[in-house]
Amino acid sequence: MNVLDIIGQLINTTLVFSTALIFTALGGMYSERSGVVNIGLEGLMVSGAFAAAVATEYAIQAGLGSASPWIGFIAAAIYGTLFALLHAISTITFRADQTVVGVVINILSLGLALYLTKSLYDGSGQTPLLANVFHKVKIPFLSDIPLLGKAIFTAYPTTYIVLAIAVVSYFVLFHTPFGLRLRAVGEHPSSADTVGISVTKYRYIGVLLSGALAGLGGATITLTTTSSFAHNTISGQGFIALAALIFGKWNPLGVVGAAMFFGLAQALRSFAQRFEFSQHIPVEFFYMLPYVLTLIVLAGAVGRSNAPSALGQPYDPAKR
Amino acid sequence: METLKKIFNKSSILIPIVSIILGFVVGAIAMLAGGYDPILAYTSLINKLFSTPYNMGEAVRAITPLIFTGLAVSFAFRTGLFNIGVEGQFVMGMTGATIVGVLLDLPWYIHAPLAVITGAVFGGLWAGIAGYLKAKRGVNEVISSIMLNWIALFLSNFIIAKFLVEKGQQKSMPVHESAMVKIDWLIKLTDNARMHWGTVVALICIVVFYFVLWRTKQGYELRAVGHNPDAALYAGMNVNVTMVKSMFISGVFAGLGGVFEILGVFGNQTVMAASPGYGFDGIAVALLGGNTPIGVFLGAILFGGLSYGSAGMSFGAGVPPEVVRIVIGAVIFFVASHGLVKWFLKPFLNKRASKRKEAV
Repeated sequence: MNVLDIIGQLINTTLVFSTALIFTALGGMYSERSGVVNIGLEGLMVSGAFAAAVATEYAIQAGLGSASPWIGFIAAAIYGTLFALLHAISTITFRADQTVVGVVINILSLGLALYLTKSLYDGSGQTPLLANVFHKVKIPFLSDIPLLGKAIFTAYPTTYIVLAIAVVSYFVLFHTPFGLRLRAVGEHPSSADTVGISVTKYRYIGVLLSGALAGLGGATITLTTTSSFAHNTISGQGFIALAALIFGKWNPLGVVGAAMFFGLAQALRSFAQRFEFSQHIPVEFFYMLPYVLTLIVLAGAVGRSNAPSALGQPYDPAKR
Repeated sequence: METLKKIFNKSSILIPIVSIILGFVVGAIAMLAGGYDPILAYTSLINKLFSTPYNMGEAVRAITPLIFTGLAVSFAFRTGLFNIGVEGQFVMGMTGATIVGVLLDLPWYIHAPLAVITGAVFGGLWAGIAGYLKAKRGVNEVISSIMLNWIALFLSNFIIAKFLVEKGQQKSMPVHESAMVKIDWLIKLTDNARMHWGTVVALICIVVFYFVLWRTKQGYELRAVGHNPDAALYAGMNVNVTMVKSMFISGVFAGLGGVFEILGVFGNQTVMAASPGYGFDGIAVALLGGNTPIGVFLGAILFGGLSYGSAGMSFGAGVPPEVVRIVIGAVIFFVASHGLVKWFLKPFLNKRASKRKEAV
């Protein structure tokens, strides 16, 4: 295998790994732009991965064939939204501590997913391997381009979807009244309230969108990488997505870039063995890489005060 | 109404109790939905806990690390920091203890204390990184400590695999007997439950926690910074240094938790695919305990007991033990959303209040 082929594969694997991260980080962006911290992204991803595995399995049983993964995909968004609703009700309506509720979402979703998995599948800690999952799609003509065709234009449908969502998100956030209001609510809720924007409504939308998108992120992992759900299916991806969100400065396109960076770091891990020089580097260092890089980037480049200024503060009209 | 308000502040005892009850109700609903018998499950849980001296001893063994991690999270909370990195500091504590325990060969009265202190310092320094990054570079401690959790995990795996590994195994060589801190007579008394001095140290730490925060000048500064950093700065306190100190102390508690898992319980460290989870449970313990030392103690007993007893549930009632995670999650959810709990209680309280009025 020559170097070009390896590079092509590396790009392709990077896309596979970063797709789930982009979904989740974009979800986190909607929540945090509205002023609600969401460290429950990990849990929302777990929920999505679980729901996708179960719903796809049922759809296959019902004889839906290749449409099944799409059913699972949609089910993940719905289940994720329901979980996010829990977050929204307690943090927005009852002004609970957002970080704490995020932790709760992480504990609850994994507990519930594992409990349900064992209940549904006779005590097995893993859902059955899915017979139907997403397959890579070749885009006609473009996939015939040497190198790029295999690297970029032969990918899972989820990759194309998430890139479309990212572009749309950028437009929505910075070029529509909805985006303006969402950002206003996250930056200065009392001013937004004064001009008649419902802080509660926009924060609910932000948090629920984060649930739907993080759910899709989890589903992506089940339906493209693992083909089943178990306790370690997600293991930390949600936290990396959170880092990508901060690294990407709460901007949809920045988020895509940051998530791809983490995707690359993860892809490098699986390619590590193929290169001569990497024989001398312990594999643990490749595992550490994304996290160390994040720390360095956060400490060096991002710095202070880029977050929405009302992030983490419950809005209480009585305290204006 | 005034007395009601007094009862229903955040630190009151009623909210946690109601939250615990609601948590158990949520668990019961989950079990009913899954076609299990919740009463049989909860009875099996309690049976498991109190049936034999061995089980009671092992329950204490399970509770001990939660006291440490609960104190760690609480200490940081008290000073305005959210230490979500207790998990990583715990792992670093394990690693520090293992390094000293395996590589050195000393008389027990030096070996054991040295291993304990090394692990504690490892934990403290690991937390100190997050504190330093927050103080000097303005990096959110939540995000940095999440990253540090993962780095700690892989770094520890690397250290074990490279320097301490037992040939052909995925774990370190056993720690020398001279570094172990088991309590032999108690082990005999409890039919070989893994009892160790860490439990005693945990109880001492509860007192230390209280003493440091409320009885020293240092503690006053820590609390002042947590309460209002701007005012503390104006009063001439060095907020940045205080932040690092606070994280260090928090990390020492977390590190000690990890230390005793090695020196008291397992005697070696395994290469882990994921961190052990005591740090995240520590958050739960701290929240339930209202970030007070005695509350942490009670919270650790509740969560440690539930987690240990959950094995009995699957044995006695066929319920997947993960249902306990749902109960725990629900309990913290209700503690965090105390507004929600008050809202739940409203009809009941109104009735009582009006009855009281009638009586008057």
